Amino acid sequence: MAEISVRGVRLVLEPSGAVWWPERRALLVADLHFEKGSAYARRGALLPPWDTAATLARLETAVERRAPRLVVSLGDAFHDRDGPASLMDGARTRLRALTRGRDWLWLSGNHDPEPPRDLGGEAAPALDLDGLRLRHAPAAGAAAEIAGHLHPKARVATSRVRVVRPCFAGDGSRLLMPAFGSLTGGLNALHPAIAGLFPTGFDAWLLGERRVFRVPHGQLRPERAAFHTMREELEHDG
Amino acid sequence: MLPVTLPAPFADWFAQRGWRLRGHQARMLELAQEGRDALLVAPTGGGKTLAGFLPSLVALAGGERRGLHTLYVSPLKALTVDVGRNLEAPIAEMGLPVRWAARTGDTPQNRRARQRKDPPGILLTTPESLALLLSFEDAATFFGGLEAVILDELHALAESKRGVLLSLALARLRTLAPKARFTGLSATVAEPERLRRWLSPAPERVAVVEGDPGVKPEVEILVPRGYMPWAGHIALYAARDVYGLIRAHRTTLVFVNTRAQAELLFGALWRENREDLAIALHHGSLAPEQRRKVEAAMARGGLRAVVCTSSLDLGIDWGDVDLVVQVGAPKGVSRLLQRIGRANHRLDEPSRAMLVPANRFEVLECMAALEAMEAGTLDEVPAPPGGLDVLAQHITGVACSGPFDADALYEEVRRAAPYADLSREAFDATLNFVATGGYALQVYERYRRLVQGEDGRWRLTDKKLVLQYRMNVGTIVEAPVMRVRLGLRGRRLGEVEEYFVTMLQPGDTFLFAGRLLRFEGIRDNEVIVRTAHGTVDPKVPAYAGGRLPLSSHLAQRVRGMLGSHGKWQRLPAQVREWLEHQEKRSSLAAPDELLVETFARGGRHFLVAYCFAGRNAHQTLGMLLTRRMERAGLRPQGFVASDYNIAVWGLESVGDVAPLFGLDMLGDDLEEWMAESSMLKRSFRNAAVVAGLIERRHPGQRKTGRQVTFSADLVYDVLRKYESDHVLLQAARAEAAYGLTDIRRLADLLAEVQGRIRHVRLSRISPFAVSIIAGIGREQVGGGGIDRDLEEAVAELVAEAMDETVAA
Repeated sequence: MAEISVRGVRLVLEPSGAVWWPERRALLVADLHFEKGSAYARRGALLPPWDTAATLARLETAVERRAPRLVVSLGDAFHDRDGPASLMDGARTRLRALTRGRDWLWLSGNHDPEPPRDLGGEAAPALDLDGLRLRHAPAAGAAAEIAGHLHPKARVATSRVRVVRPCFAGDGSRLLMPAFGSLTGGLNALHPAIAGLFPTGFDAWLLGERRVFRVPHGQLRPERAAFHTMREELEHDG
Repeated sequence: MLPVTLPAPFADWFAQRGWRLRGHQARMLELAQEGRDALLVAPTGGGKTLAGFLPSLVALAGGERRGLHTLYVSPLKALTVDVGRNLEAPIAEMGLPVRWAARTGDTPQNRRARQRKDPPGILLTTPESLALLLSFEDAATFFGGLEAVILDELHALAESKRGVLLSLALARLRTLAPKARFTGLSATVAEPERLRRWLSPAPERVAVVEGDPGVKPEVEILVPRGYMPWAGHIALYAARDVYGLIRAHRTTLVFVNTRAQAELLFGALWRENREDLAIALHHGSLAPEQRRKVEAAMARGGLRAVVCTSSLDLGIDWGDVDLVVQVGAPKGVSRLLQRIGRANHRLDEPSRAMLVPANRFEVLECMAALEAMEAGTLDEVPAPPGGLDVLAQHITGVACSGPFDADALYEEVRRAAPYADLSREAFDATLNFVATGGYALQVYERYRRLVQGEDGRWRLTDKKLVLQYRMNVGTIVEAPVMRVRLGLRGRRLGEVEEYFVTMLQPGDTFLFAGRLLRFEGIRDNEVIVRTAHGTVDPKVPAYAGGRLPLSSHLAQRVRGMLGSHGKWQRLPAQVREWLEHQEKRSSLAAPDELLVETFARGGRHFLVAYCFAGRNAHQTLGMLLTRRMERAGLRPQGFVASDYNIAVWGLESVGDVAPLFGLDMLGDDLEEWMAESSMLKRSFRNAAVVAGLIERRHPGQRKTGRQVTFSADLVYDVLRKYESDHVLLQAARAEAAYGLTDIRRLADLLAEVQGRIRHVRLSRISPFAVSIIAGIGREQVGGGGIDRDLEEAVAELVAEAMDETVAA
């Protein structure tokens, strides 16, 4: 858990990848990508059909823990347009139960431009709240924004430990959220598509199992190195 | 038995060359006439390939035959080219009406199409290209008249995963071409019985033919004029000596163990090359055109030396090579013999070879290899299991060729040696995986790829799968690579791993294809480079895998050598002194003991164990030891493993080492570690690609869509949680268990030394320990849980940042 402030708004970053907004009693999640498995299956790659169940279970835990008044899904809740129809009955029932009894907002994403029907909740392209704009894809040059879309992950390495984890990325004025979905890969936070959003640098908060860990961008590593310098070769091996 | 005589043109051709028909060649002709399967076992050289082809050439000499007669399969593309060249001579000189063609991944599309329309008499191919041919709808016609199948370097094929795929193709061929006889050509192996079964489901009907034993090779160890290094694996110190050897011989093959080492040694040799001798480079990541050029130049006798990796291990028949140099320790005897056999392909003269150890332990290993060759002992390599992932790929291929009956296919598959014990249940589960993904949750019914018709036969639902299969055939899963091009419109130099490229900034220099190159940028998914000059410290691309661990046979001999002073007389003086120092300052354990040293150095407490169980086993041992030390409160910080020993260090000193090496370590601890280890994930990734769940990426192919896509690791996590007995997890576990065969070595060793651990407490580092302590900084403790790893990483990064602040 890490507490940060984005344009003066107090936010709690959870190791699940969700954001807890205490003043609003709001829970934010990005890029759930429900039914990614079946979307691939439709195109001939028979990925395991368990991703929705796995993501849903984690979402239920997050919601139960905070009992939010409002849940906002920041787009790409479904992997594609056919996603909601592909839901198995059990999953549909569980999702409906989640959206009941609280405000639930589906922001639209590039994978799911239209909101899911029959699942409860309301839909919108974006949400403005306490001076912050919540939307799916970060807009170039924007500030005071919380977004998803890019699935940031970060790599840290020291002499002893090497870890790659999904992460939040933020600079106090804008916050990028990690993908919440169980079958979603990531993009290294040093990639220009992410790092370019933060001209004066950013911090990454790596998701641990029970905590999140802040690492300044200058201490992150790019994609794994696979070379040695000649000097290292000489000292060590081939 | 009728005496075999050669038909006229052949007898004349032999006579012209001053040859006589050798015993094994005659026997092969005889067996062919009887239509029997045969296994020809002979050392390299000695006309093994000719003996294999002779029956086919004789049969085809009469002309008047259409269609494919002989199929030749070799593990290397280069070998098919070379064998073709060697076939060309008798065919041309005798004017035989025989057409042959090679078909590999390098063969242009239009030529492949021609081959299928009008098959040559003899087709030379690789396991992957054979699998592709079998997936065509006309496979039954194409192979129907086949009379001979020749499998070259069978020993190498049978011990690899590619061989597992090939074994299934052979089972298929036995169905499609019932007349065909199967011939295996193999180097001398420790267990010929296994190869007989591999060749045929009726091993008792496979005749074993022994070739001429040949003359024993003359092998020496190079003793450097100067100082023998303590550590390192590249042996650049010996470049001048190696150059001297090249100068003194007509043609030299210089073998190294990795591609990076090849690049570095090649550079070092050219720095010595004041006479501009023609020294070339050959390894698996160079562009095919480049490799073909080197091979052709070598065959012409136009080169003085080639620095090469295992890409030239097998079969290439270059009569002119008069010296083989092995730089770096050989790791196994069988492969070394194979490499040495590249020199002097004439039977009546010995092959000559020079071994160049890179450090002092490697001297022992080289000496052990000499001993083994003198004693005629070989490595025993465990056979890879018949994986369900490979089976899934095969079933898909069969489906591509047409509808099939599951019962018949099951029977056929079991004729392949690796699948002899396959249960019907496992077969059905694999078939179900190909059809629907094989999930307990049956939600993909409407996306199914195979469907059972009313006739009970299985067929494809969508022709798209055929294309998918063809793009993904094969069992080698490599890290994604990118092509390297010299200038925007220049020629292709080869391929480097994508990871390597992500670390390059424009202007950076690196060593590749024997050149110093400057990275310019990426265009159309290709790495564009220019020739550079004079950089001090260029990078060198490394490639995943490739380094073979020390064979247990050689390890055994090294341990024996340490304990017997009588054998030291043959060692170079420097190395002998090193052993004597070690004995005085620490100890040399007896062969039935395990030497464990502990000492403090630089505020850390080190433990070094000399297990000689090979790198892979030591890696695992490192994980297990650090787990135990953690629990014992010894605060381990890291470890480093070599082929010979393992060093672990921590913040507390170890009192009694015996409990750390308890046998129970390989029970629960190993299980637990396996479950969370990256090894299973890696096996899963491979299995997912081989089985066709995840598509392979090809160099030059554009990534579709954004980079954000699913990763095999996430699929693994989800499957493990929700469906832990899924076919792919089973396949991954089986492969990991096979990879753990080195662990069995470790288990044997631990069992042997229980109660006989010789623990030596030292006041400072021992002569033996120097080699491994020099390598520290590479391996880390893992598996401590994500939070703890992160905590530690962040703490260290913070400390580092604070230091910098203070320093500034």
